[in-house]
Amino acid sequence: MEHTGPISVEKPFDIYRTLYRIVNYGGLIAIILWGFAGIEYKGIMQTARGTVEALLRGFVRPDVAYLTTMTIDGLPYAVLETIAIAVAGTFTSGILAIPFALLASQNIVGPHVSKVGKFIVTAIRSFPELILALIFISIVGPGAPAGVLALGIHSIGMLGKLFSESIESMDMGVKEALESCGASPFEVLFRAVIPQVSPELISYTLYRFEINMRAAATLGLVGAGGIGAPLIFAIRTRVWPRAAIIVIVLVVTVTVIDAVSGRIRKRLV
Amino acid sequence: MEQIVVPKKHNLRRNLTILLVAALIIGSARFAGFSIVGTLSGILRGGRLLGRMFLSPAWSYAPRVVDPLVETIRMSVVGTFIGALVAFPVAVLAAENFIRKPLISRPLRFILNIFRTIPAMVLASLFVAVFGTGAFSGVLALAIFTFGLISKLTFESIEAIDYGQVEALMSLGANQINVLRYAIVPQILPQFLSYTLYGFEVNVRAAAVLGYVGAGGIGQVFEQNLSFRRFDRVGVIIILTFFVVLAIDFVSSAIRRRLV
Amino acid sequence: MIRFTDVSKVYPNGVRALTDINLTVEEGEFLAIIGLSGAGKSTLLRLINRLIDTTSGAVEVDGMMVNRATGRQLREARRKIGMIFQGFNIVKRMSVLSNVLSGRVAYHPTWRTVLGLFPEPDKQIAYRALQRVDILEKVHARASELSGGQQQRVAIARALAQEPRVMLADEPVASLDPITTVQVMDYLRQINVEDGITTVANLHHVDLALKYATRVVGIRAGRIVYDVPIKGLDRPQFFRDMEQVYGRPIHHDEVLGEA
Repeated sequence: MEHTGPISVEKPFDIYRTLYRIVNYGGLIAIILWGFAGIEYKGIMQTARGTVEALLRGFVRPDVAYLTTMTIDGLPYAVLETIAIAVAGTFTSGILAIPFALLASQNIVGPHVSKVGKFIVTAIRSFPELILALIFISIVGPGAPAGVLALGIHSIGMLGKLFSESIESMDMGVKEALESCGASPFEVLFRAVIPQVSPELISYTLYRFEINMRAAATLGLVGAGGIGAPLIFAIRTRVWPRAAIIVIVLVVTVTVIDAVSGRIRKRLV
Repeated sequence: MEQIVVPKKHNLRRNLTILLVAALIIGSARFAGFSIVGTLSGILRGGRLLGRMFLSPAWSYAPRVVDPLVETIRMSVVGTFIGALVAFPVAVLAAENFIRKPLISRPLRFILNIFRTIPAMVLASLFVAVFGTGAFSGVLALAIFTFGLISKLTFESIEAIDYGQVEALMSLGANQINVLRYAIVPQILPQFLSYTLYGFEVNVRAAAVLGYVGAGGIGQVFEQNLSFRRFDRVGVIIILTFFVVLAIDFVSSAIRRRLV
Repeated sequence: MIRFTDVSKVYPNGVRALTDINLTVEEGEFLAIIGLSGAGKSTLLRLINRLIDTTSGAVEVDGMMVNRATGRQLREARRKIGMIFQGFNIVKRMSVLSNVLSGRVAYHPTWRTVLGLFPEPDKQIAYRALQRVDILEKVHARASELSGGQQQRVAIARALAQEPRVMLADEPVASLDPITTVQVMDYLRQINVEDGITTVANLHHVDLALKYATRVVGIRAGRIVYDVPIKGLDRPQFFRDMEQVYGRPIHHDEVLGEA
């Protein structure tokens, strides 16, 4: 019998699915509304317009003289110091992350210990580097070494996690082969595990270096060395041509480092 | 038995690389004035201070930390929301496999890259100078920072989609809006949400320190107590912030695992 | 000499891999272990160098109770036992030489081997091992540049560098094509015959066992169900007997022929 009228298809009504959706979407919207409710909009300051104009003028006519000041007070020195902090901090964390990563790798220490290791790594990651920088400033005094330490410790969090992921996905046959030769755990580590995962480890470390360049640029804001200190000073004293040149140089430096590091990473893996 | 003589291996390139990298690292450490001895002696000297922060924190101060902490989370929520909202359309325009207009995607990518090079703290300091202190400046900084982060990750995801679905729709005579709605959005939505949550995690950590330059949140309280050298209170702030960030990380990454 | 006495192995998840294994492998024998996948062949092999612990019973290699050896003792026991694997298990990112020198690690303190400071005599041993398997010209190549058959030869050289008394081979040719299969098996036999190294090999192909081994042991569901010397073997009878190992007889046209 040919059916000619409109075909109606019942859509089954699943109460749990509907509720689940309401809770999810409703919850999300509620959280966003809750967020907005707490942000006080005080209105743009009277001076904002003038400030923006001055700021833009600064970008049009940046303080080039600062860029060519080759003394310790010049911009080149601050840039170099920023890079140095990032390099030293990244290297420190790259080395320190290895034992943490091993501790977090299930195929090295077993399921129970690795859970603890993973928690430690996550915990380290949750500590903002700026707070670490402030703590280290109170310990070793203001300056670049505090910045190096802050980056060195904070980056363990991310690197430890990434390292342990690549250790967990490595070929375990090689470990077995080394053990069959009578290798000790350290020999297995240095002659089987690390040689296998080293390109990934180096690649992740370079990636972290790119992130640390940005972080190092802000450390100076709290007195831990680098380009951040003259920048915050220029902004607070509203010397816009100088703030502008620092921002421009920062953007260029970070872009160049990203490009170089990205190219090396592509060749590595 | 006679000796087997094997030609020497030429690894000049490798050795040079190692030498160069080592020089860079050692040079950097020296330039930054970083020394292991100095650090260790510093830690010995500074140990007392750490004790004041973490062994006898002023727990009575805790209730006064709650409001700024809540404000920090609110800033992150709003900043992430705005950033993600703007990031989506921009990512669609910046993806080279969809719009296919290099005149749009190239400059857009260039601008996105610039956004990503400026740290949130620097943005926040600039906004504080323009809009005054408070959470609003912080939200703006976070929104722009999140925007840069999420749009880059998202346009990379769009470029990696299964293009067969797009072609299938085009063969049906679909226009670009249809393609977007029925081929691209369904494929990248879980990833986009995952990136947004990731952005949120990053933002919570960033928001916790933005106050240091006056952009609202817990960082402001932190800065005040630090300048008054109330290390017992600083300890409370650090410990509470740490647990809040940790909790948010755990919840958010659990959701992310279910998404993708 | 390798001796299993009443050996059983139960994995932590409750799987019974081996039951009441009693087996003696004499000095210089080439023992082939055959059986279905999952019958317990790999487990049996790994009990010999304690890559896996026994649940009960004793495993003795050259007078040493391997199943009880730990630490220093185990290191010394293992260095006398070379092993090669189906997946070659060499570090592809290291040079051939470094891989072979890994066979020498148990002869030196850890700090030396970790730094890669192997004395000249060790290098000579490594070169000689590579010469044995005709791959010395690749000594400085990266292992990843080699073909599968060449990688397995590097793995054999690594085992040889241990100056072993026993050679274990876990499906050594399962990932290789027929021609390289013959090459690798020929090297294993040559080492067995010339150096008198006791060899125990898990083999998937019955005809490889017939061609290379001096004795065939069949395992089924964790028990030894078949054990005969190859010398004077009645082949038709052998294929009929394979029913005990594989659950059904093997027809002559099912084997690879002269591999």
